Amino acid sequence: MSAALALGDDALVLSHRLGEWAGHAPVLEEEVALANIALDLLGQARVLLSLVGDEDELAYLREERAFRNLQLVEQPNGDFAHTIARQLYFSVYQHLLYERLAAGDGRFAELAAKAVKEVAYHRDHAEQWVLRLGDGTAESHGRMQAGLEALWRFTGEMFQPIEGLDAAGTTAAADAADATDASATAGTAGATTTTEAAAAIGTAGTDGSGVDWAELEGAWLAAVTATVERATLTLPTGARTGAWAAGAGRQGLHTEPFGRMLAEMQHLHRSHPGASW
Amino acid sequence: MAAVTADQKTQSTSGTAKAAGTEAGPAGTAPEAADAALLAAFDAAVAADDRIEPRDWMPEAYRATLVRQMAQHAHSEIIGMQPEANWITRAPSLRRKAILMAKVQDEAGHGLYLYSAAETLGTSREELLDKLHAGRQRYSSIFNYPTLTWADVGAIGWLVDGAAITNQVPLCRCSYGPYARAMVRICKEESFHQRQGYELLLALSRGTEAQHAMAQDAVDRWWWPSLMMFGPPDDASSHSAQSMAWKIKRHSNDELRQRFVDICVPQAEALGLTLPDPDIRWNEERGQHDFGAIDWTEFQQVLKGDGPCNEQRITQRRRAHEEGAWVRDAAAAYAAKHTAPSARTAQPAQPAQHVEETA
Repeated sequence: MSAALALGDDALVLSHRLGEWAGHAPVLEEEVALANIALDLLGQARVLLSLVGDEDELAYLREERAFRNLQLVEQPNGDFAHTIARQLYFSVYQHLLYERLAAGDGRFAELAAKAVKEVAYHRDHAEQWVLRLGDGTAESHGRMQAGLEALWRFTGEMFQPIEGLDAAGTTAAADAADATDASATAGTAGATTTTEAAAAIGTAGTDGSGVDWAELEGAWLAAVTATVERATLTLPTGARTGAWAAGAGRQGLHTEPFGRMLAEMQHLHRSHPGASW
Repeated sequence: MAAVTADQKTQSTSGTAKAAGTEAGPAGTAPEAADAALLAAFDAAVAADDRIEPRDWMPEAYRATLVRQMAQHAHSEIIGMQPEANWITRAPSLRRKAILMAKVQDEAGHGLYLYSAAETLGTSREELLDKLHAGRQRYSSIFNYPTLTWADVGAIGWLVDGAAITNQVPLCRCSYGPYARAMVRICKEESFHQRQGYELLLALSRGTEAQHAMAQDAVDRWWWPSLMMFGPPDDASSHSAQSMAWKIKRHSNDELRQRFVDICVPQAEALGLTLPDPDIRWNEERGQHDFGAIDWTEFQQVLKGDGPCNEQRITQRRRAHEEGAWVRDAAAAYAAKHTAPSARTAQPAQPAQHVEETA
């Protein structure tokens, strides 16, 4: 069940970042599109987090060390090209992953089958913008390339197996250890309920979706490369894994901007303990 | 105001020239006689409650009034995204966050409908946005007030959207077809937002003491500005008489304001909140509520640009537009490279290597 937390946190955090665009988009149609994608992701997050516990307790009362999202999705928006680069990397990953989950018979199959339609649209939106920006003007080309470069180091993390989606290496013990970690780092206000949620994680079995992570990574690289090249851009060459690349969000190690994002997101909810809204 | 008037004149002149060029009587007819016949036909159509459509002849002042009103309406939708978007990242539950995001998205969509409807009058979205950014066209004064707490999101839904609906439902019968049709769709969504705003306030009002106080404070701050949304009193409203004669407007500012007060009083009671007006009381004789005097000095001040957020709102809008210019340029450049030759006969030839690709 830590898989639901990981996938739910990805959707929750990226949705939040996209929500920051409201009122700031380059054209009205993008106000609609970015909000639409943000809403889809928020919907997915709510379903996934509800599998683990109370969606609001999980969203608002965990501290950053207990979040399991990829570092990629927590990255600040930057300019429009930066946002689109993040969206391309993530949407292609999410689309390919959900396609595989939907095809399997694991506990996420039904949910993924529903979400995959939304995600296909997100992917198309991102790919179309990579083409327009890459093959638009000299300035947009430069900005799109810079966006791809800046976020490249966060892409290796996507293919680290997620416990519960990994057919081979999952054990209940690993899930329990993960859950203990989550409860130990939870904020005081949410400690009780997060512990309950963690207990739920610990007792849940594996999903058995059997995602082949190496195969997923290959498919992702092929898809991203095709789009990048068609957009007259160059695939970045920097490291995607290893000491100097990012990638421990799934273990609750995040980047500096994430804490600020959570502070803003959680402030009101935390200011009124126990209130309902 | 002077700038807006001059601006209307320019637009309406070109609009009339276009209409006269295509639809005026046979060559050689005296222009005055042709105009008189067209005007008679227009007046008859309005009198018969027929819809005026984009290709129909219309008086230039009618066209100018509609462009001004529809542009202002469209601008209000997109500036109106700001005070609410201010709370998207801080919404206190995921359900409320989803509702708010959907609402702000709807507002962008309403802006799009209204710009499209305005474009049927011979202007363009770009032109109208330029005028907004230059301060030559207005948006609703209500959006110059700040959203200081979460409860403001509910107060905007209940009061601001409520006032907008009271104003806009009669516009569904407006004499100009494209505007009327846009309003049918917009009003449906606005009613939904208004119910959600009411429900948000209800949850706060029935919540903790602090939440109740937050709700009351928001209603206290938004009540009077909401009443100002109906515009100046009838005896000071410059456009009203003509707009009513043209059936653009169906009711006077004061009539609609009264209707709004009568709707809100029982709703406030049901909410368990008070309205910040000691003079509100039921008037048995009129069958309506009496209410206190509006501070028109404040209204004029906000209208002039000296409200709490005027500067901030227009600066953010301009910045979004300016910072997005390179994105729009990129989209245009890409479209020019990748549009099939047959679809762009009016455009100059493009480099050959791009022509065969149609994205």
